[in-house]
Amino acid sequence: MRLEPIKNPSLARSLLPPASALGVTVVIASLLAMVAGANPFSVFGLILEGAFGSKFAILETLNRATPLIFTGLAVAVAFRAKFWNIGAEAQLYAGALMTVLLGTGFLPWPGVVILPTLALFSILAGATLLLVPALLKTRFGVDEVVTTLLFNFIFLLFISMLLEGPLKDPMGMGWPKSARLIPEARLPRLVEGLRLHWGFALAILSAIAVWIVQTRSTLGYEMRAVGLNKQAAAFAGIPVNIVLVKTALLSGGLAALAGFSEVAGLKGSLTLDLSPGFGYTGIIVAMLALLHPLGVIVAALFVAGIFVGADSMSRAADVPTYLADIMLATALLLMVLAIMLTRFRVVRD
Amino acid sequence: MPKNPVEALCLNAITKRFGELIANDAVSFSVMKGEVVALLGENGAGKTTLMNILFGQYTADSGTVAVFGETLPPGNSRAALDAGVGMVHQHFTLADNLTVQENITLGARSLFSPHLDRAASRAKIIELSEKFHLVVSPDADVGSLTVGERQRVEILKALYRDVQILILDEPTAVLTPQETDDLFATLRLAIAKGLSIIFISHKLHEVMAIADRVIVLRHGKMTGGARTKDTDKRALAAMMMGVEATPPQVAPVNPGAVLFELQNVTTPDFGNVPGLKSVSLALKAGQIIGLAGVSGNGQAAVADIVGGLHNPSAGRVVLNGNTIQKWSPREAVQNGIARIPEDRHKTGTIADFDLTENAILERYNTDAFSKGGWLNWRRSRAFADSIIDKYDVRCPGADTPIRLLSGGNMQKLILGRVLEADPQIILANQPVRGLDIGAVNYVHSQLLAARDGGAAVLLISEDLDEVMALSDVIHVIADGRLSPEFSRGQMTPAQLGFWMAGQGFETSVAHAS
Repeated sequence: MRLEPIKNPSLARSLLPPASALGVTVVIASLLAMVAGANPFSVFGLILEGAFGSKFAILETLNRATPLIFTGLAVAVAFRAKFWNIGAEAQLYAGALMTVLLGTGFLPWPGVVILPTLALFSILAGATLLLVPALLKTRFGVDEVVTTLLFNFIFLLFISMLLEGPLKDPMGMGWPKSARLIPEARLPRLVEGLRLHWGFALAILSAIAVWIVQTRSTLGYEMRAVGLNKQAAAFAGIPVNIVLVKTALLSGGLAALAGFSEVAGLKGSLTLDLSPGFGYTGIIVAMLALLHPLGVIVAALFVAGIFVGADSMSRAADVPTYLADIMLATALLLMVLAIMLTRFRVVRD
Repeated sequence: MPKNPVEALCLNAITKRFGELIANDAVSFSVMKGEVVALLGENGAGKTTLMNILFGQYTADSGTVAVFGETLPPGNSRAALDAGVGMVHQHFTLADNLTVQENITLGARSLFSPHLDRAASRAKIIELSEKFHLVVSPDADVGSLTVGERQRVEILKALYRDVQILILDEPTAVLTPQETDDLFATLRLAIAKGLSIIFISHKLHEVMAIADRVIVLRHGKMTGGARTKDTDKRALAAMMMGVEATPPQVAPVNPGAVLFELQNVTTPDFGNVPGLKSVSLALKAGQIIGLAGVSGNGQAAVADIVGGLHNPSAGRVVLNGNTIQKWSPREAVQNGIARIPEDRHKTGTIADFDLTENAILERYNTDAFSKGGWLNWRRSRAFADSIIDKYDVRCPGADTPIRLLSGGNMQKLILGRVLEADPQIILANQPVRGLDIGAVNYVHSQLLAARDGGAAVLLISEDLDEVMALSDVIHVIADGRLSPEFSRGQMTPAQLGFWMAGQGFETSVAHAS
C-alpha cells in the first residue's frame, strides 16, 4: 500500500473525509459510552442538550469557546507560517498576569480607558514572552517546539511563585489567588442579565481581523509564503526571520488576549486553575479549523460544546467527563488523517 | 559481444500514464549479457519513469519486466534488486557521516544478523575496487570524498551486491571529461566481466563512445533504436528531438558599458562545494556571458552573489559603477536584476501559491502591487493575466496553484515575472534544465531578445552545448576559480573541458589575474 498525491482534488474529495472523521468519532465515543454503562444514543442527546439545549447552556458554551478562539487563532497564525508555537498556555498566563498587575488598583482609571490599556499590555506581555523563543530560533536555530513547550512549565511555576508570594491576596483566606480586579477593569456583559461578556465579541472580531490580515495584507502574504516555502520566500526577497518574529509577536499577543478575557471577563482574579489547558486545546482547535481564522470560531464552538455538554452529560448519565477528552483526541487524530486523505489517495499494489 | 547472447533484461510493451500524460507508451527493448545499451532522450522523455517501473517504484499500466527470463512482480521494489539489477542514481544516496565500507555494506545484509563480518566485506571491497579500477579507500569518510569518488562508491555498492545489470542515470553530469574517461574504463572492465549496462544520458558523444546500442525515447515513445556503429550523432539528435537539431543563430552585437562587476570576490567553502577564489567577472550591456563548468564548482556561489543572497567575504560587487555595501535579494530586485533561479520548484516558485501570488513574489511590497501594507489583488491579478497572455503560459487561469503547471509553463511565468520589470541585468541559472525542446527554444529566444535589447545576461549552465551556442563570451569555472574570458568560437569543447577539469589555471595565473 502506498499514497499517491491527488493533483486536483474534487469538492467531494475535500469535504467527505473531514465529515466522515466526525462521524467515526461519534461511533467510537458511543462504544466507549456503552462500555461505561450508558446508552450511547442518550449520551449524545445529553451532550447536545448540555451544550446547546438551553439559553444557559448556549451561553456557557460561548463563554468556554471565547478563550479557545483566542488560543486557536494564536496557534493558527503561527502554524500557518510554520512557526510551531506550543506555548499558548504560557502566553495566556502572561496576559492574565499583566491584567491583574495593572487592573487591581495600580491604574485607577475609568473602564473605557483601562480596558483597552489592559488588553494592550496583555498583548505586549504575551508577545514579549514568545519573542524569546522566536529570537532563539532565528538567531541560533533553536527548535521553538522545545522552547515554547518548556516555557509553559517555567511560566506556570513562576505564576505559582507569585501567587504564593507578592501577588497573594491578603484577603484570600490563604488561597493562592491574586487580589480581585477593580470594578472598572471588569469586561462588561454583552447584554445585561446574560452571562456573556465582551471578551466573546473581541474574540470574534480578532478572528475576522486575522482573516483580513492573512488574505489582504503584505504581512499575511509574507507569513503564508514563509510557511509554504521558506527557501523560495528568501530568494524572492522576503525577510524570512523578520516575518517569523512578527508572526510570533502576533501569535503571542492573541494567546495573551485569552488570559485577559478570562480574568477581566469571567474570573476577576488570577488563580493557577485559570486555564484548564486552553493553550494546548488551542492546537486542537486550530488543526480542526485547518488553520483558517474563521474556521477557528466554528472549531472552538465545537470543542467548547463537547466540553460543556460532556460536563452536564456526565452528571445526568453517570459517565466520566473524560469521555470529552477522548472525543476530542479521536476527532483530532481522525481529522489529521482526513486532511491527508483529501490530498492523497491510498493505492493498493 | 558473446557468440550466443543471453537476454539479461527484457522490457515488454511498458505503458504508464499520469492522467493525460503518457509517460511511457508501449516501450519495449532488451539488453543482452555483456552489452551496453544507452537510453537517450531529452529531460521529460520518460527515461526516469521507465527506470522507476523497472525498480517497482511505479506500477506500469501494462507491460512486463523480465530479468534473465523471470518476470518481475510489478510494484515490488525488492524484486529487481534481488534479481541482480543495481542502479547508480544521478543524485547519490550515500550517508556522509559513514565510511566508504559502511556505506557499501549498509543494507547489503539483514539488520537482524548477529554480527557484521567486517574483515570479509573489507576484503571483498578491496578486491572489487582493484578488479574494476575503482580507486577509493574503504576507511575514508564519504563526507570527505570528491564527487567523482562518491560515484565510485555508488558503483562499488552495486557491484558488492553482485549485480548482473547496472543502470547508470546521467552518470557524467557531475564529472569532468577526464573523470568521464576513467568511468568509461571501469565500465569496459565490467562489460568484459559479463555485466550488462544501461547508460542513461542525453549527451550524444558519450553515448557514441560507450554504448553498443542506443534506444531513443521522445515524449514517452521509442522513436528509434540503432547500433552505435551504424549511426551517428546527427541521426541520434534527429531521433531525440524529432527534427534535425539546429543551434540558434546568434548575430554578433557590440557590447556596451559594464553594468555589473565582481571584483576579486571570495566566498567561504561550503561543505564539499568550494567557495570562490578571487573571482572577477564583468557583465556588459548587450552581451551573453556564459559560465561553463561541472556542477558544484562555485556556480551556486556566483549565482547567490549576483542574485543578492550572499555578500562576498572579500572583494567588491559593483553595480553601475557604484560599490554595493549591503546586498540582499530585495536590493538586487530593486536594482533591476532579473533572477531566474536554478531550481524553479524549490526556489523560483511557491508550489501552493497560485499564479497571481507567484507573479508578485519579488515585488509584492512595491507601489505596483500594494499600498501601506495592503495588497492590491486586482492589479496583481491583472499583472499575472498579462504574463499569462504575453508569455503564453498554458494554464486554466491565474488562480491555479502553480504546482499544477508543467516545468516549461512554470519557467515562462518566472521569465515573465522578471522580464516585465525591463531588467538591465539578467541572471539565468540553468534556465532550460528539464524543459522540453519547445520551451527550451522559447527561453533561449527570450534571453537573446533581452540581450539584443541591451541587457547583460549571465548564463550559468552545465550544458556545454547550450553555453557555446548562446554565449558571446565564455568563462569556465572550476574549483571556485574563473578562467580567462574566451570569445565565441575561440575554444573547442575539448579545450573548455580541459579548463573544466581544473587544468590550465596554474599556467595562466598571470594571465587570469
